[in-house]
Amino acid sequence: MRRVAVVGAGMTAFGEHFGLGIKDLLPMAVSEMAASVDKGLDRADIQAAWFGELTTTDGFPAGILADSCGLLDIPVTRVENACATGNDAVRNATYAVGSGAFDVALVVGADKVRESSARGTFWEWAGLTRDMAWDYPLGLVAPANFALHVARYLHESPATREHMAMVAVKNHRHALPNPKAQLRFEITVEQALNAPVVVAPFGLYDCTPQSDGAAALLLVSEDAVDRYTDHPVWVRGVGLGLDRVMHQHKRDMTTFPPTVKASKAAYAMAGIGPEDVDVAEVHDCFTGVELISYEDLGFADRFMAYKLIEDGVTAIGGAKPVNPSGGLKAKGHPPGATGVAQCVELFEQLRGEAANQVDGARIGLAHNVGGPTAVSAVTVLSNQRD
Amino acid sequence: MYTRPERRLLPDPTAESSAFWTGGRDGQLLIHRCRACGRWFHPPAPVCFRCRSLDVGPEPASGRGRVAAFTINRQPWIPGFPPPYAVAMIELADEPDVRLVSNVVDVPVQEMHIGMAVEVFFEQWEDVWLPLFRPATGDAR
Repeated sequence: MRRVAVVGAGMTAFGEHFGLGIKDLLPMAVSEMAASVDKGLDRADIQAAWFGELTTTDGFPAGILADSCGLLDIPVTRVENACATGNDAVRNATYAVGSGAFDVALVVGADKVRESSARGTFWEWAGLTRDMAWDYPLGLVAPANFALHVARYLHESPATREHMAMVAVKNHRHALPNPKAQLRFEITVEQALNAPVVVAPFGLYDCTPQSDGAAALLLVSEDAVDRYTDHPVWVRGVGLGLDRVMHQHKRDMTTFPPTVKASKAAYAMAGIGPEDVDVAEVHDCFTGVELISYEDLGFADRFMAYKLIEDGVTAIGGAKPVNPSGGLKAKGHPPGATGVAQCVELFEQLRGEAANQVDGARIGLAHNVGGPTAVSAVTVLSNQRD
Repeated sequence: MYTRPERRLLPDPTAESSAFWTGGRDGQLLIHRCRACGRWFHPPAPVCFRCRSLDVGPEPASGRGRVAAFTINRQPWIPGFPPPYAVAMIELADEPDVRLVSNVVDVPVQEMHIGMAVEVFFEQWEDVWLPLFRPATGDAR
């Protein structure tokens, strides 16, 4: 397979965009991406596009992207893989460029969770991520799904709600300098612990906000990279992993096997191990999920995640900063855009241009888990080709 | 003491799932079991996911189990179903690999704990008997 590089990246701010539809957010993100291409991008260069969107709030996704961005002469494919949609869109475009089918591909992700066009939208959303027949009538709403895992994790590991609060405090602090983040304010451990409970053990500050937004990347082949930049960010590895959708036969609640599978695949393709990762954007839809993911990604030994957050290892200035953008927790989480936006952050980190720069970052990892915990996608990026 | 909520969102039983949702009429928790490998599985399906046998069907399970994980919903997610209430994953005594998601009632939410022994009871809504759980009386195993 040919080598593939990211040469442009951009995104809208994440937040409540009540006045903007998907058809408005898409061209905003694509324009910002185009402006980031060092040697310029002619829209006519784009040969194919992959669009990650979980729900279709403005109508048929591929058509909306082609129409709103003036890309009527290229193939556009919609990708939907629950909350792993964004990084799976990156994966699909990587294969297309790597295979030689295209030299220049666009990856876009977008969603509107704060959609106001239909009263029932949020509940329709809910149906996408769970089995309505079996779990939902009994109150297994989306946060409750993750709460079952984290409750069991707290039971078996030394981690406590205080450690979860530390994740929230860290990610809120990281979001402060990020102009694209939705929640740009600091909180304290006490505030997090004393916040209203949503579903135990999650308080308000353990949960991601609901967000609208879009993000875009330009992927090009090694043959085309010099036309666009002298500072590419290479896609070194991609991986996707699955598990049972429902809880009924998940014997170990304290790990997400899809993350383990996806990260192993991405590490193998990149020829690296977890110890080589300098900066990571991890799927912290709930604080406890960031802790579990430290272990699933190989950043910590089993049940030792609490030490990383306690010792500041995953804060900016630590040995392995996680979620310098603020993460889903504070930057926001419009699912289709989330994984793509993680790669936007890593693109800037690996070029030394990030709002919350990690000194000397050479290898970055982006991670999604969703459906609710049945699929994971991982992308490894680096400013070094080999 | 538990009182039934004003309203419940109800499943729409299918050919495969109707035994599970209506077993409560006879006081039975009916869980699918494979007659080839002898293992229980849930949710019901026409094929055993372990050994691929088609020789499967519902059988009465003991209705006893333990709380493997739980959460307390504190927000009014579902109209007519007021919080707080416990949503739990119940590990069945018959086959610990089978875990049902249900509500545990008749216990103050602050006394819920992982490992708690529970037993099934049924709450009828129209043509559906929802299997719910409460603390087990006597020896759980």
